[in-house]
Amino acid sequence: MLYFRLKIFPLELNMKNGWETVIGLEIHAQLSTESKIFCGCSTHFGDEPNSNTCPVCLGLPGALPVLNRRAVELGARAALALGLQINERSIFARKNYFYPDLPKGYQISQYDQPFSANGELEIMTARRDEAGHPLEWAPKRIRITRLHLEEDAGKNVHEGLPDVDRFSYIDLNRAGTPLAEIVTEPEFRSSWEAHDYVNHVRRVLRWVGASEADMEKGNLRCEPNVSVRRIGNETFGTKVELKNLNSVRFMQRAIEFEIERQITLLESGGKVNQETRLWDERAQETRVMRSKEEAHDYRYFPEPDLAPLEVSVEFIDGVKASMPELPEERRQRFVQQYDLSFSDASQLTSERTLADYYESAVEASGNARTAANWIRSELLRELESSGLAASASPIPPQELGKLLRLVDEDKISGKQGKDVLVEMFKTGRTAAAIVEEQGLAQVSDTGEIDGVIDEVLAANPGQVTSYRSGKETLFGFFVGQVMKASKGKANPRVVNERLKAKLS
Amino acid sequence: MITSETITQTRDRIVTGETNARSVAESAVGAAEKLNGSLNAFLEIDRQGAVTRASEVDAQLKNDAAPVLAGVPIAIKDNICVRGLQTSCGSKILGDYHPPYNATVIDRLLAAGAVIIGKTNCDEFAMGSSNENSAFGTVKNPWDTARVPGGSSGGSAAAVAAGIVPVALGSDTGGSVRQPASLCGVVGLKPTYGRNSRYGLVAFASSLDQIGIFARNVSDVATVLGVIAGRDPHDATTADVPVPDYVAALNGEIKGSRIGFPRALFGRGLDADVRASVEGAVQTYRDLGAEIVEVDLPHAKYAIAVYYIIATAEASSNLARFDGVRYGFRAEEAPELRSMYRRTREEGFGPEVKRRIMLGTYVLSAGYYEAYYHKAQQVRTLLKDDFRRAFAVCDAIITPTSPTTAFMIGEKVNDPLAMYLNDIYTVTANLAGIPGLSVPCGLSSAGLPVGFQLLGPYWSEPALLRLGDVYQQARPSSLARPPVYA
Repeated sequence: MLYFRLKIFPLELNMKNGWETVIGLEIHAQLSTESKIFCGCSTHFGDEPNSNTCPVCLGLPGALPVLNRRAVELGARAALALGLQINERSIFARKNYFYPDLPKGYQISQYDQPFSANGELEIMTARRDEAGHPLEWAPKRIRITRLHLEEDAGKNVHEGLPDVDRFSYIDLNRAGTPLAEIVTEPEFRSSWEAHDYVNHVRRVLRWVGASEADMEKGNLRCEPNVSVRRIGNETFGTKVELKNLNSVRFMQRAIEFEIERQITLLESGGKVNQETRLWDERAQETRVMRSKEEAHDYRYFPEPDLAPLEVSVEFIDGVKASMPELPEERRQRFVQQYDLSFSDASQLTSERTLADYYESAVEASGNARTAANWIRSELLRELESSGLAASASPIPPQELGKLLRLVDEDKISGKQGKDVLVEMFKTGRTAAAIVEEQGLAQVSDTGEIDGVIDEVLAANPGQVTSYRSGKETLFGFFVGQVMKASKGKANPRVVNERLKAKLS
Repeated sequence: MITSETITQTRDRIVTGETNARSVAESAVGAAEKLNGSLNAFLEIDRQGAVTRASEVDAQLKNDAAPVLAGVPIAIKDNICVRGLQTSCGSKILGDYHPPYNATVIDRLLAAGAVIIGKTNCDEFAMGSSNENSAFGTVKNPWDTARVPGGSSGGSAAAVAAGIVPVALGSDTGGSVRQPASLCGVVGLKPTYGRNSRYGLVAFASSLDQIGIFARNVSDVATVLGVIAGRDPHDATTADVPVPDYVAALNGEIKGSRIGFPRALFGRGLDADVRASVEGAVQTYRDLGAEIVEVDLPHAKYAIAVYYIIATAEASSNLARFDGVRYGFRAEEAPELRSMYRRTREEGFGPEVKRRIMLGTYVLSAGYYEAYYHKAQQVRTLLKDDFRRAFAVCDAIITPTSPTTAFMIGEKVNDPLAMYLNDIYTVTANLAGIPGLSVPCGLSSAGLPVGFQLLGPYWSEPALLRLGDVYQQARPSSLARPPVYA
């Protein structure tokens, strides 16, 4: 058999003038423990500088680390939620470098034997139009190299303190905060894929309670490494690591800038240097932070102060058993079980508390579609404007369900229902109480409505004549008059039916 | 106080009211002050704290049952944190650093009624075998003040040898308790790794460091070990192994004991007087009814090389925290951060410490890790296997503690390798994590003390202490004191 062979390029590749982008990601997520990873100090954010410290996290001579088991549990939840395999034995290692916010002169991390490895995760990702709106969502499998446990460093402060031009200030409250470092293979072919992956990880980490994953608060940090190569090349281009990305959108923009920069450089005959670059959000560009020559030799070696971390199969099984249904599974179930669209299901599974809220409301209302619509269009607007999570909604899902039943059963109109929802949100009272107090109960009784219609028709003989002679646009006028006369209580559906009958 | 009684005797005299903790403390402090001019054993003598503490013990004794170490004065090596006192580690870079917390062993000693009278001099960061690496001057050997006391815990050894205190704590990373004990003619114990807490011991080499005990009598070592041993929630490397009654283990039994004799270690480089003394101790054990069996430790010859790779690697990392940022010495007027680091460490550390940081940094560097650090860890495993095989046929192994007696101050200062070879018999215990006990066994022809070392399997302290005690009972002359202080 003799064939000509031609290489096929996948169409989805982000091809820019024949260049392919390759991106790998490192994410540092703060694990939501009460206390630090190697001592009992609080991880609470925003306290007096250096108040949450002790000999261990200050790196005082003679102090020793002791592993916080809760950090291991949360690390295990994160690892399992991201499809990683937990190693029954892993080793802590020292990463040695000097920096004022690193009190021991080394970070306790993990190196060649990490807590978990070999992950495979399916995410949903979409190409975007010019304005950044998603075109079509499609699944993509991402290989995650490892998730390991480590401690965070402290913080150097250069603003808002006396003589900042002459002094650096150091706050070690954050030193020793537990982190999970999550590293992917060079899997992403566009900035949007990286963007969608980070959002997926954030959602999953919050979902399983492993991390708050809030980039603005700094408890989730991303460091992408970006390279480009000619399409068809097997070998990777020289990669550049990006830092100082304070939101997922910044990261996406920084990657985009970096791709353009590298392609322009290469096309003009230049060479990409292996280096670390900082994103400058104001200037919308990346700048060199340190070159390869300046890169540290971290001199990793096993941390002699800590025994190897051993987790039993029983422990892993226990964590597995305590895991909630994950967002992707739940989204798929919402689509099937409640007949929701992909985008409705995605929005309702963006946070676990919202998904829980939705399912409770479905149960109470007996109508999955209505519940989805009302939560998406009405409740989320109120929650958003008051900055609340679904779990903190002043309207419990059961009460929302009861409100939706009132609407479904024509007890009140949809329009009234929306007003009632706002009032419930404001006051925390039940729908029934508000309807009762405001006399809102909708009138569907045909006899009563017929009476009102008769009055309206009698009072507007001219319009009736016009209508009957063919000016049908006046129908809306009559509906409005009837609704007004009934003080809005008349069921619009019944009004419509009866008016049509009386006018014909 | 210049005492020859055991700490149990001292405690009993205090408890019966024959004396009180305060006057015992005052005489210990007085002796320390009086002798420090000639010995330089103490970096800080805490007269006021010791007297106050002793008075508290006296007051307690009126109501409560007397704890094990009620009123017993003790000296602490200056690399173990005691709240209220300095912890310099014999280094300029820490200077008069005062830690805000107690080491776990200090809390346990205080709870047992001990009275700390001061902090003892040592080689900088416990790196040295002669005490000449202290930034605050060399400790003198009480047997001959022209000679070194050994190191690195030389101050603690000298304080006990001179009779200032009956017991003292040191730290032993490669022999730093046993070797000065041997050179000063006192007993020194390095317990099994993980037997007692390192929390509050300023780390030199974390996988090798262990706090050890000096005393004139094995029984005093046993008493103090019983107080400080045991698991500590602040130190993840302490073991959850029950703490036996070490004093009760001193039952004098020797018949049926098998003592391993590693003939290969009694060869080249060993001083003739030391060999004669230690072989005399072997004969004593044989005479007392022990069985002497030949053992082989084929990898012991690599121990010094392995030790100086692992110890310096860990030290290079452990000493990174001395950067001038948070505590201790900081070089002023550095134009920028990196020169602040450089100058602080250049001016703050002494030459031996710098040498070891450089060595350790080198062996951990990219491209060298496998050849040095990794290989050393493999040999360390082989050495552990050597001991496991040896202890299958014996209960303890006897060796000299040090190849020579105390040498002259300045004699080896310019020859680091010769200095390192002083640790040839002691580093193996740290690498393997096993306990080692040094016991005085007479004087050389020049009148200098010689010590032998007993090594045992993990957690074999009761057996080692029993064998050591049997020897001291059989050879009371080995308890000789330096003539000046007798």
